[in-house]
Amino acid sequence: MDLEVKIRSRNIDFYYGKTQALKKINLDIYSNMVTALIGPSGCGKSTFIRLLNRMNDLIASARVEGNLMIDGVEINDPKTDVVDLRRRVGMVFQKPNPFPKSIYENLAYGLVINGIKDKKFIEMRVRESLEKSALYDEVKDRLHDNALMLSGGQQQRLCIARCLAVEPEIILFDEPCASLDPISTRKIEELILELKKEYTIVIVTHNMQQAARVSDYTAFMYIGELIEFDLTEKIFTVPKEKLTEEYLSGKFG
Amino acid sequence: MIVSSKTTKTRGFEFPNASGQKVLCSKNVSQAIGFTVLVLCIVFALMFLGSLIYFIVANGLSVISWEFLTQVPRRAMTQGGVAPAIVGTFYLTLGAIAFSLPLGLACAIYLTEYSPKSIAVNIIRLSINNLAGVPSIVYGLFGFAVFVKVFGFGVSILSGSLTLGIMALPGIISASQEAILAVPQSYKEASLALGATHWQTIKKIVLPTALPGILTGVILNVGRVAGETAPILFTAATFYTRGYPDSIFSEVMALPYHIYALMTEGTRPEVQTQIAYGCSLILLCLVLTISALAIILRQRQRREYGS
Amino acid sequence: MTRFRENLYKWIFTVLAFASLVFLVGIILTLLKEALPLFAEIKFFDFLLGSQWYPTYEPPDFGILPLILASVLVTFGAMVVAVPIGVGSALYIHELASQTQRAFLKPIIEILAGIPSIVFGFFGMLIVAPFLQKLLGIPTGLNAFTASLVLGIMATPTICSISEDALSFVPRSFREASLALGANRWQTLVRVVVPAAGSGISTAIILGIGRAVGETMTVLMVAGGAAVIPKSIFDPVRPMTSTIAAEMGEAVMGSPHYSALFAIALILFLITLVINIIAEIISRRYRLKLGLGR
Repeated sequence: MDLEVKIRSRNIDFYYGKTQALKKINLDIYSNMVTALIGPSGCGKSTFIRLLNRMNDLIASARVEGNLMIDGVEINDPKTDVVDLRRRVGMVFQKPNPFPKSIYENLAYGLVINGIKDKKFIEMRVRESLEKSALYDEVKDRLHDNALMLSGGQQQRLCIARCLAVEPEIILFDEPCASLDPISTRKIEELILELKKEYTIVIVTHNMQQAARVSDYTAFMYIGELIEFDLTEKIFTVPKEKLTEEYLSGKFG
Repeated sequence: MIVSSKTTKTRGFEFPNASGQKVLCSKNVSQAIGFTVLVLCIVFALMFLGSLIYFIVANGLSVISWEFLTQVPRRAMTQGGVAPAIVGTFYLTLGAIAFSLPLGLACAIYLTEYSPKSIAVNIIRLSINNLAGVPSIVYGLFGFAVFVKVFGFGVSILSGSLTLGIMALPGIISASQEAILAVPQSYKEASLALGATHWQTIKKIVLPTALPGILTGVILNVGRVAGETAPILFTAATFYTRGYPDSIFSEVMALPYHIYALMTEGTRPEVQTQIAYGCSLILLCLVLTISALAIILRQRQRREYGS
Repeated sequence: MTRFRENLYKWIFTVLAFASLVFLVGIILTLLKEALPLFAEIKFFDFLLGSQWYPTYEPPDFGILPLILASVLVTFGAMVVAVPIGVGSALYIHELASQTQRAFLKPIIEILAGIPSIVFGFFGMLIVAPFLQKLLGIPTGLNAFTASLVLGIMATPTICSISEDALSFVPRSFREASLALGANRWQTLVRVVVPAAGSGISTAIILGIGRAVGETMTVLMVAGGAAVIPKSIFDPVRPMTSTIAAEMGEAVMGSPHYSALFAIALILFLITLVINIIAEIISRRYRLKLGLGR
């Protein structure tokens, strides 16, 4: 097996003020794979993926220790340009969060703020991202309508498209289906499987079936610790740890 | 398993900031400029307002004395104190609140507890909002035409209080409404489920719980009313009285009007300016203390509700 | 018996609740009643557009155009000061202030909003006017420019605190989404947060305009008081509010002058009414746009 490590986490400790939220996390995430983070709520899975694009910087009391590298480059280095990092590491949030602008403007936003002025190029990229996120046919006639008029599932796919438009290398999904109905969830999952051809994907989910359906690798976390990490099929069939087995069989969580 | 080499972008396009530093640089420059402008804005605002307070405190402090606070004016306003103006402002404010509080509270109770969704409620809301925007001088004219002339109260504490009271009404209503709405629905449900009537619930549960919030709202409005000049120009205020008012039908001196009169009608500007500084300082202290009190109280309450 | 009492209370509150409406209608009727006699003497448009205001001459002139223009000029000037500074300060508090700074600045701004207008007038007259007169070498410091400046600073805390409220209503998720796409804080602020709070900020500005138009004591003391159509911003002017305040004391009750002052008040009232309605419409639309309660 020759897998390329995209993200490497070594001894990551994370604190909110005095509370430790992550303890010595060691985890490798491979290129062009879908890695799922599962575990009961409060286990630190969301905290962990928010480290990957440094969204936790927004929390005043947050503090991180250890090494976190993307393509071998330390991202918590003071010299790292956070803004560029976030362009390279896209994120889709728990609740769809389109801007209160038109669909087109939502998609063009990431390009415009990154200094792209070429209208033709923007138009092309908007279309491409919509096609990739399987939304194009549904919205092609109303690109200039307010994005908030879309249904919840469409809004979430719009957010994915918005993220794709800036050509990230990694996409983080933070419980992307938490507020969606089963049909919309299905569509998003299909999309994730499609996207892994081009992107490295990390998804946080509390839905074990979802992890089983979409991911290649699964990491099980419990109260700030990484309990087990392996191929998804192994985790779900022959878990090594007792805790993992209990969680998967619904004994807690 | 799949073997993958590093993904390459096949579209032949790279973000400018991934290669060159140009965009990144101009982004950061505009951010730096923008943030500097914001800092300048707040610094200018605070400096101007700070200098206002500084000048009034620096010049007013030397005028304030026990005598200044407790004596009646003497020798055509050039000596003595401004006690009647302080007392007058107190009466006017008290009168205004005594009038507007019960009325405002009743209105707030109606709007939050009884209001059926109807045109009537919309009309009331609309008139409250518009009443809040009416210029203070228009209130003054209204008070003059109605209370002073038609009702025949004359230029008096009564006319002034009623005028100020109407002006304070929208503020009192919205403060009370906010306080009443903050009472958790579960309290009301609990009371109703025990067999209490609607009015009993309002009286025993809703109002006592909302009381602190209502009080802060009222205090905040007291501060505003105490500092108003235009509404009392023709309805209550006078430049000079020999002593203290003896009934609600007497005209009064009031701090804000006194400052105006000292600056515009005087015969000895140099002495009067000093007295005006003194009055401004008293008024400023009064109003700022009152509103600071209200705001601190309100923050404490919000923390308790944990909203 | 209980039911009777319940209904009684309900009726009492219903009746009292209409007080605001009664007062509003009362104000309109009073202004109309006192103002109408004037229009037996002169035509409405001569009143509104006449350029001469000499109410005590024989025969008197009742043209309020200079007063309206003065109000417009001073209000506009005040907004030129208050909008950038007020909104800028709100943005500072929202985006840049540390937790401690914010805990301290928000109440301070709100407390400053309570400084009585008479104190601003007094300060403007004694300190700002002489200072500007010397600084700019103009014949008098009591003019439209000084009035605009003082009035603008006076409106700043109000505009700042309402704008800050509007900014804080913008969902955090918008900000996060923008940052996650690689926008920096300034881009996020200008392109996402401010547009999302846009209608709230406009409401703040419109309410600020309403305040400035209706403000009396400050302009009465600082604007200079000349009822002539202003040629420059450094001319003394007499806005509508200060005309009423200054002349009401000397106008004989029932005289055309007296009616004219009520007519000015009526026009002032109508202007603020329109401003309020616009603010109302915008703030209603705002809630819709952000998807807060429909």
